[in-house]
Amino acid sequence: MSDITITIDGKQVNAKEGTTILEAAQSIGIPIPTLCHHPNLEPYGACRICMVEIEARGRTSMVTSCIYPVEPGLVVKTRSEKVDKTRKMILQLLLAHAPDSEILKEMAKEYGADKDRFEKEPSFCIHCGLCVRYCAEIKKLNAVGFIDRGTKREISFIPDIALKECWNCKECFPLCPTEALQAAYVFMKLLTTDTPNPISE
Amino acid sequence: MDDSRLEQIIDTHQSTADSLIQILLDIQAENRWLPKEALERVSEKLQVPLSRVQHAATFYKAFSVVPKGRHEIHVCMGTACHVRGAPRLLDSIQDLVGIKPGETDSELKFSLETVNCLGCCALGPVIEVDGTYHGKMVPAQTGEILKNYE
Amino acid sequence: MTRIQSPAALEEIRKDILAHRDPQKPCIILCSGSACLASRSKEVAESLEAEIEKQGLTAAVDIKKTGCHGFCERGPIMIILPEDICYVQIVPEDIPEIISRTIKEKQVIERLLYTDPATGEKITYESDIPFYKHQERLVFGANRRIDPKNIEDYLAIGGYSALPKALSQMTPEQVLGEVKKANLRGRGGGGFPAGRKWEECRNAPGDIKYVIVNADEGDPGAYKDRSLLEGNPHLILEGLMIGGYAIGAHQGYIYVRQEYPLAVDNVTIAIKQAEQYGLLGNNILGSGFDFTVKVHKGAGAFVSGESSALMTALEGRVGEPRPKYIHTAIKGVWDRPSDLNNVETWANVPLIINNGADWFTGMGTEGSKGTKIFSLVGKINNTGLVEVPMGVTLRDIIFTIGGGIPKEKKFKAVQTGGPSGGCLPEERLDTQVDFDELTNAGSMMGSGGMIIMDEDTCMVDVARYFLEFLTGESCGKCVPCREGIRQMLKILTNITRGKGKEGDIELLEEMAEVLKTAALCALGRTAPNPVLSTIHYFKDEYEAHIREKKCPAYSCKELIAYYIDPEKCQACMLCAKKCPVDAISGGKNLIHIIDQETCTKCETCYDACPPRFKAIRKISGEPVPPPVPEEARTITRRSKKDE
Repeated sequence: MSDITITIDGKQVNAKEGTTILEAAQSIGIPIPTLCHHPNLEPYGACRICMVEIEARGRTSMVTSCIYPVEPGLVVKTRSEKVDKTRKMILQLLLAHAPDSEILKEMAKEYGADKDRFEKEPSFCIHCGLCVRYCAEIKKLNAVGFIDRGTKREISFIPDIALKECWNCKECFPLCPTEALQAAYVFMKLLTTDTPNPISE
Repeated sequence: MDDSRLEQIIDTHQSTADSLIQILLDIQAENRWLPKEALERVSEKLQVPLSRVQHAATFYKAFSVVPKGRHEIHVCMGTACHVRGAPRLLDSIQDLVGIKPGETDSELKFSLETVNCLGCCALGPVIEVDGTYHGKMVPAQTGEILKNYE
Repeated sequence: MTRIQSPAALEEIRKDILAHRDPQKPCIILCSGSACLASRSKEVAESLEAEIEKQGLTAAVDIKKTGCHGFCERGPIMIILPEDICYVQIVPEDIPEIISRTIKEKQVIERLLYTDPATGEKITYESDIPFYKHQERLVFGANRRIDPKNIEDYLAIGGYSALPKALSQMTPEQVLGEVKKANLRGRGGGGFPAGRKWEECRNAPGDIKYVIVNADEGDPGAYKDRSLLEGNPHLILEGLMIGGYAIGAHQGYIYVRQEYPLAVDNVTIAIKQAEQYGLLGNNILGSGFDFTVKVHKGAGAFVSGESSALMTALEGRVGEPRPKYIHTAIKGVWDRPSDLNNVETWANVPLIINNGADWFTGMGTEGSKGTKIFSLVGKINNTGLVEVPMGVTLRDIIFTIGGGIPKEKKFKAVQTGGPSGGCLPEERLDTQVDFDELTNAGSMMGSGGMIIMDEDTCMVDVARYFLEFLTGESCGKCVPCREGIRQMLKILTNITRGKGKEGDIELLEEMAEVLKTAALCALGRTAPNPVLSTIHYFKDEYEAHIREKKCPAYSCKELIAYYIDPEKCQACMLCAKKCPVDAISGGKNLIHIIDQETCTKCETCYDACPPRFKAIRKISGEPVPPPVPEEARTITRRSKKDE
């Protein structure tokens, strides 16, 4: 595989064919924010916060850096007025769900996102999918998945699998950017077992 | 739905993973809903994780994971029906039957759903009850039509 | 039926079929498309078959149940051949008279003919009816002549001529070249040149490739794909096979939404018959080309009509779109090269091969060639499916073919492109139907839905309606769409309920930008279009809702009130009796009053008040006048001769 040279924020980077812009940027220490990305999981492209501005074949556009493969002559800007405006709005939309999430609060400071721009929403989950994908791709247990669609989409544990496997695993818990995952697990246990106080176990 | 019928349906589609949605459609058509046991059996036979079967069963509007009423009322909310007054029609049906779209009444008599275009725009606003279409509806007619259903 | 082994053998079969058909034999054609079936066409057919048998005419008169003819406003439609007499809005009770007078005595029954609302003239022949006369029904016209469940009808009208021509007289590259030259652009909404997509797929590495028919037709108000697939499934199959040949794909998929059971049935029957005749399967017509087709039903998700989502659904997974930078033509179903085109796009292919690219480019505009089928619906007199050459103006479609707006209301807007499109106002009526023209005007061609709106339609509510639709259809994976549409819908709902604030329009525009830039798929990226086009052309309506709490169209329930004018009320009791919530008090000679607290704004009273009184009016943006005091309520009705 040949090396491809691209430019990120004015700096030249060499990367192998098949590398994503995100990986190329990380290799030279240029930070791009992510929420749904994990180096050991297939890129998901759902949070959209890693979007960057590119110039390729004479045209400017915004692409998801966690998925877009490097190509010769690519010019990337990881910050710009458009990039920042987009990230700010995405953060504001997510802060309506999880205003206390540490990761979101930090990013909010960087992009000037106002956590009160939108009214509070009842669910904490920001649908990064890390728990679902980790359990499917790494643990291969599929103990938690998504159900429904649109604004009704949520994560759901499969009781028969989760009650058997999760207590001794919990590897997805630290991946969760908000409190949604723990909450969903506890709730599921409460609904499906007679254990009087699962939280104290 | 008895187990042997369930097996038959799955076998008609060669139990391959890519037939998941087609199999669920057949079960839904015959059984009128997808019980948990059916989802588990499909997951087992197709070697597809139960979480994916569950996602499919809840993602697609054609499926129901709870029992439906004896009569299904579908109110078309397509754009043409919308401009011809479908929202008021839906309101009157909701008031009459006492349920919202997606719900079934407590006696399991009626289930109410909105549909996005039945393709009979010339008859708009349209409702369909158990396969029978009622076109050019006005709210005042809903009582007349629904009282015929036991 | 033995499989046909060569193009020559096919021609022999076709000749044989035609030899057994007498064009002068009486034939009764009955439209049995889904919409006419909803208008009791099935009962008409049963009545017809029974009467024909009763009269001993089974051998002498043919009955043909066809797919949709397109003139849905006047269905069920019946055509009597060989004269080509057209009867409209047939009911089963008409049948005995039709048989005895028209079939036996060759007399035309005036009351069943189409009456031109402008001139009052009765029109006997289908081709003279203005709705049909101004169309160019090249793709759709065949529907009225064939029974979709009978392959021989398709063969009799010249069907399956393009396929043998392609397989035996042209190379795959030549077929591809012809479609490229014709500049056939996608009829599903994107308008992408089909030939370019075919070429990309053909050149993509890999031995196994797929060609796919997208019959998901999710745009509410569009049903032209349904009518094509129901009424002429072989046309689409033939186009698909020619495409497979050009690309090097041997497996086809037809993804049909499950809400179209008749289309699923008819295409399944068509596939079986084509297989029996050797027009599908191995070594088609002795050419060495193998091709098979599978039907895959959708399960109720608009987003699964998006091409990457559709391909994911074909794999048996949940039909969510995938973020992708490698075209699906190169990596699609199972990561293999997959070409996906819309039903109407495929339907044009046999015509292009039969008649040549030059014939096709002879029609239409510089950038948009050929014809386009629209479903003309909403506040329009002639609801139905309309096929016109590209370049015809919206005005011509709506007024000349569509017959204008019913009840003498004023035209307000035409919406094209479904939830991804926009609303164009009166000043844009001379826009030509052309992919780029419509996009430049702020809308888009879309798959063909054309919704007409009049003075009673609230444009803010239209924007809200489309966002509500998309809220239910969004897959929910990406933040801009799931959360952005959620918040935009909230803002619009508040505006329609009188809770709009200054700054709402600007916030909507700001969010629209983010969705357009950052959403994962076309559903999210085009979701802002209805909002943006209505803000652009109808800003005054938004401002009225926000600043004056007024709905200028008198449509938004929370912002209107129904009021009985005491000067005009004649105390006839009609409205009071019909009110479903008993909100109207009054009696004979006692002026009626609507109790605003109880009123549910269902409009039943408004419709019930006799036109000669017109006593009920809608109020918006101002307080309802207080009720007339008890003493002043008694009136003496005007006698009929004074009215």
